[in-house]
Amino acid sequence: MRWIEAAAVLGMAAGAAGFQQQSQPAAPLAQNPAVPVAPAPVAPPRVQPPQFLVVVDAAHGGSDIGARLRNGVLEKEITLGIAGRLRSTLRARGVDVLMVRTADVDVAPVNRAETANHAQASACLTIHATATGSGVHLFTSSLTPTANARFLPWQTAQSAYVTQSMKLESEIDSALAHAAIPVTLGRASVALMDSMTCPEVAVEVAPVVAGHVSTARAVTDPGYQKQVVDAIAAALEQWRSDWKP
Amino acid sequence: MISKFQKYLFFAMLVACVGMAAFLIRLRNRAQDRLAAQATAAPAEMAETTSPPTTVTLYVPNDLDDSLTTVDTSLSLPAGRNAQARVILEKLVEAYNAPGSTHPMQVASGIDDVYFVPVPQGKDGTGGGEMAVIDLSGALAAAQPSGIEPETLTLLSMMATLHANLPAVTEVHFLVDGQARETLAGHADLTRTYLAGEEPSVQRSALRVPGEENGLRVTGYGLPVASQQVSEPASPLRATGSRLPATLPAPGSGLPAAARSGE
Repeated sequence: MRWIEAAAVLGMAAGAAGFQQQSQPAAPLAQNPAVPVAPAPVAPPRVQPPQFLVVVDAAHGGSDIGARLRNGVLEKEITLGIAGRLRSTLRARGVDVLMVRTADVDVAPVNRAETANHAQASACLTIHATATGSGVHLFTSSLTPTANARFLPWQTAQSAYVTQSMKLESEIDSALAHAAIPVTLGRASVALMDSMTCPEVAVEVAPVVAGHVSTARAVTDPGYQKQVVDAIAAALEQWRSDWKP
Repeated sequence: MISKFQKYLFFAMLVACVGMAAFLIRLRNRAQDRLAAQATAAPAEMAETTSPPTTVTLYVPNDLDDSLTTVDTSLSLPAGRNAQARVILEKLVEAYNAPGSTHPMQVASGIDDVYFVPVPQGKDGTGGGEMAVIDLSGALAAAQPSGIEPETLTLLSMMATLHANLPAVTEVHFLVDGQARETLAGHADLTRTYLAGEEPSVQRSALRVPGEENGLRVTGYGLPVASQQVSEPASPLRATGSRLPATLPAPGSGLPAAARSGE
């Protein structure tokens, strides 16, 4: 069984943030009092704030085509297009983005999760597309929430982040509702999601079925995609303002 | 120089090897014949030992609002729990395949078999019950629309249906054509064992369309606390004398709506 050493990852994060320099700045000098040491100016501790980073994963790719949508469009193409739009929109708003894939290539699920976990992202989004349902489906892991621990089993690492994932899902839900896009919330068991150590939401974009108020819109409609992307970007901006590392 | 004794020994061993191979091949053929005979006898047994019609509850998915709706229907169930489970799930697949289905799937037969394995009870009193291993047909996996939502709904509807009609089933594992498989159609995880009675498996989501009333009130993270009233029985199961598609089960109750409506 694969394990993720959460504490080690957190330790690396603390080191990068300069917390170690802060706690013991003069320890080496105190150990050797015989050596005359000129009083050196004490440099102010460099506290680098942890980076707010969003990992965007365009699901499928390469030989894994995903779903076949209407008119022969493949899910892997739609997800890459939406992910690219989302990256541009987020960067324009000053949010750092790490893309798991930027081309039509195979990426193993385990590598996707590893990329997100090593980045210690503040939010992880996996983009999917489907031909069924209506509007945008938001999914979080169906694992039972647990407390964070030093070691997390690979298959259920997300369990320590499920509560945060649900909060992130709620943010995105609100933003999509504000944009008058039908939203479905759910919990699902997807192997990739369950191994991620970050607040993770799977965003599955479906066509909008015409209703009393909503008009029919295809997944391939650029205007619809832009609306979805803008709403997600707004939600992530809100997530950043509420985010406490 | 090879001695005469070594030659005899060699030929004796060769004859023994050939004999053992023939014996094993014969055993294998007999085992295959026995399994084939059992498989062909099963439908006959089902036809002969069916009981009077009983009401079973199906959890039929709706792709549009990501919900499961209970549908009660009458079925003549065969003897034997494996066969009963298979017949009930086949009826559910029939609902997928019916015209006007809310979870359309063009597949004639979706369940190869259902097995039951006892779940050992833990020291803390957890566990117990039975694990149902649902062996899906490759045709169903091929016909399954790809996507997190449709695949999850298929699994949830099967688990909820099985748990509602065979409450001893506490865990469910899925196979496809008798083999373990990573996903159903690219998304839903088939490597894990699901808890049949867990809340998300029977009720986990809600639709909220701005400006459109659908009878659901959403609290927390998407669990509906009000039931959805279906105004007319759009179910293709009406012809079998089923009752109306009733309501969504309340979170955590795990009870079919029909049971609650009868209170």
